[in-house]
Amino acid sequence: MVSWTEKDPIVSIKDVHKSFGALEVLKGVSLDVMKGEVICIIGPSGSGKSTLIRCINALNDIQGGSIHVRGIDLTDPHLNKLELRKKVGMVFQQYNLFPHKTAIENVMMAPLLVLKEDENEVRARARDLMKKVRLEEKENAYPGELSGGQQQRVAIARSLAMSPDIMLFDEVTAALDPETVKEVLVTIKDLAQDGMTCILVTHEMGFAREIADHIYFTDNGVIVEHGPPETFFTKAKDPRTKDFLSQIL
Amino acid sequence: MYLIAEFFRQLVEDYPRWNFIWMYEPVQQEKVLSGIWMTIQLSVACLFFSVIIGIIGAFLQGSRNAIVRMVVQGYIQFFRNTPPYVQLLFFYFALGQFTPTYSPDGWLEVPIISNVGWAIISLSFFAGAFNVEIFRAGIEAVPESTREAASSLGFSRAQTFRYIVFPLAVRVSLPALNNNLVNLVKTTTQAFGIAVPELLYQSVTIWNDYPSALYPTMLLVFVVYIVLVGVLVMSMNGWERQMRIPGYGL
Repeated sequence: MVSWTEKDPIVSIKDVHKSFGALEVLKGVSLDVMKGEVICIIGPSGSGKSTLIRCINALNDIQGGSIHVRGIDLTDPHLNKLELRKKVGMVFQQYNLFPHKTAIENVMMAPLLVLKEDENEVRARARDLMKKVRLEEKENAYPGELSGGQQQRVAIARSLAMSPDIMLFDEVTAALDPETVKEVLVTIKDLAQDGMTCILVTHEMGFAREIADHIYFTDNGVIVEHGPPETFFTKAKDPRTKDFLSQIL
Repeated sequence: MYLIAEFFRQLVEDYPRWNFIWMYEPVQQEKVLSGIWMTIQLSVACLFFSVIIGIIGAFLQGSRNAIVRMVVQGYIQFFRNTPPYVQLLFFYFALGQFTPTYSPDGWLEVPIISNVGWAIISLSFFAGAFNVEIFRAGIEAVPESTREAASSLGFSRAQTFRYIVFPLAVRVSLPALNNNLVNLVKTTTQAFGIAVPELLYQSVTIWNDYPSALYPTMLLVFVVYIVLVGVLVMSMNGWERQMRIPGYGL
């Protein structure tokens, strides 16, 4: 394992290429994320933004370039995916909770089975996390009995239970109705303010502007433009970015 | 008890075609009871092993090794596309020739796998082939995204199967499994063909000896199967209800 210090980027992506068969989805993407930073990736559908963050926890492999997460080289053929996934939490658009387990069991499962931690400690921590996502009264509900927003907050708690260093959010509010979007965004904002490194793919421009340290705009497999939110939203230079922002804002 | 036996003795006097012989004659009664007991043992053993075969086969079908997948596929094709009765005869008469024997007294040669053993093996593999397909359908019904969520939390492939995919797949599979197991219980009657002393075998010996007992004994066979399958279906339905997840479609 390569040595990693807090001065180095916690996620370092260099010239990444990714194809699905003949379709090249990422055509040389590079970006660095420092510890504690909040990064938002925006862009039209099919621009490769979800693929990019799925590459960060090795759900997708890459065909070219390199990705390092806390010094772990993801292109290493002997990559220990378990080590990587202990460090990287991921939340999905469709929540993907385990439907046969109650909310708190969903949160407890990975620490019990993967980290083999003590059940009482895990339960105590899971309770704290349920409180953190404001669902302490729903501990014993099954996912099917929860609203979309509640399920998504359980999914966030489930990822946090592994005490990751980095959280990936893949369009986590895209399947929610406008009222419940807010409760999920508040949860993510709390996390960001606690210093969690967050990488979000999102269509919530207002939210991105509010919490992001840096915004990346992807189109057609490349990063077209990036910058801090103040300049990104007001002084975009690239015509495609301008066009996209004018349709959305 | 004596009164009941007397009633059936009188019945055959009045109606000679309705000889419920096993209601008053201990030897025949013993045959019927041992036949029912053998049918139950055979059914339970085949249910158990066929489900185990189904689970293992479905897990192996998801293997990354193409040869393993091909072997499972070949097994399914063979056992699903040939008649179970022929399989039974093949196992007992063809494979049975090659099984080692032992001698309890220096004279007899007893094969280590009895006809009951072959019936269990043959019928388990037969029903198991269907169970593999049933569980496979259940496994495929578990969304890829649920598997991804598990693997992104650090679950290994085996853990994902055991704790996530399998429990969900079983719930999807239960109605189809139910059907196949009902068929299996009824198919155990074919063990008659290799002289396994189950209910049908014993019944046939009774009505061969006592033609007057034909109707009552056939009636008995029907009733016993209706009850046995009824108990199976009721317990499977109970299991289904117990596994129902609140708020989930299944």
